[in-house]
Amino acid sequence: MKLTTKLWLGILLLALLSPLGLILPEYFKAGSDWTEGSRILWQAPLPEYAFKGSQEKGLLYVSFGYITSAILGIVIIAIAILLIGKKLTRKGNRR
Amino acid sequence: MHIPDGYLGPQTCGFFYAVMFPIWIIAAKVAKRTLKARHVPLLAIGAAFTFVIMMFNVPIPGGSTGHPVGGVLVAILLGPWLACIAVTISLVVQAFLFGDGGLTAIGANCFNLGFASVFTGYYVYRLISFNAPINSNRRVIAAGIAGYIGINVAAFLTGVELGLQPLIYHTASGQALYAPYKLNVAVPMMLVSHLLVFGWIEAAVTLLAVKYLQKQDPALFYETHH
Repeated sequence: MKLTTKLWLGILLLALLSPLGLILPEYFKAGSDWTEGSRILWQAPLPEYAFKGSQEKGLLYVSFGYITSAILGIVIIAIAILLIGKKLTRKGNRR
Repeated sequence: MHIPDGYLGPQTCGFFYAVMFPIWIIAAKVAKRTLKARHVPLLAIGAAFTFVIMMFNVPIPGGSTGHPVGGVLVAILLGPWLACIAVTISLVVQAFLFGDGGLTAIGANCFNLGFASVFTGYYVYRLISFNAPINSNRRVIAAGIAGYIGINVAAFLTGVELGLQPLIYHTASGQALYAPYKLNVAVPMMLVSHLLVFGWIEAAVTLLAVKYLQKQDPALFYETHH
């Protein structure tokens, strides 16, 4: 398998594991955060990596939203970089 | 440690946008000059990595949160300027799409996580790994130390920026207008958790990734690109 394929699979694995940050504190009953949260200017489409109203539907639903958000973010970032990369490497440094 | 909207006053936000603007321009120029087409997929992987690793977002007893960043690792592979671009893109997507970090604070967050942390970590790595062969263990250890120091630089700066707010912005009666905790609370809150917990996670992630990539393909490392 090509190394880049392996690395993308590693990132997919991280996306699937990403709800751990939600699940562990729930388990240890840790406090909620104060630096990440409040929004004034802009309503993000998926605030806190969650679907609307998923909080009431329990941790499994929240985790599903979190993983979906992770994959969506990864896809958007990959596309953005590939486009930027195309633009930046248009002239010269082809290889 | 993403600062949300409403925690930094307008001048503070403007200041960090003003600081980051020339840095972004230089990063774009460096990328235009040095980025090779064969490294673009690695840059995409690096940015996606910082995005997903920052989602491992754990509340800290006492009220804050922390997470690994991965920016120093990307700098070791692609150089600090491209790592700055990777972290910036991650932070912009996180702010716009997921409300993680404020739009007004993108300048400050990019300065802490995408510039100060990345460059400090990268040069710590360069210093410790000076003259070491690309597949040496000294590079692995250098990567771990660089990750540890890099994330703590970001945590310290975040604490200072938040802690300065009640000193700069308050009502006549002393009521804070933005972030409420002063330096003596905000800095230890950010720094202690990162020195004790998140720094070590960042160190482990950076170290293990470098160890793995050394075995896979030494040509991945930035210092072999030229």
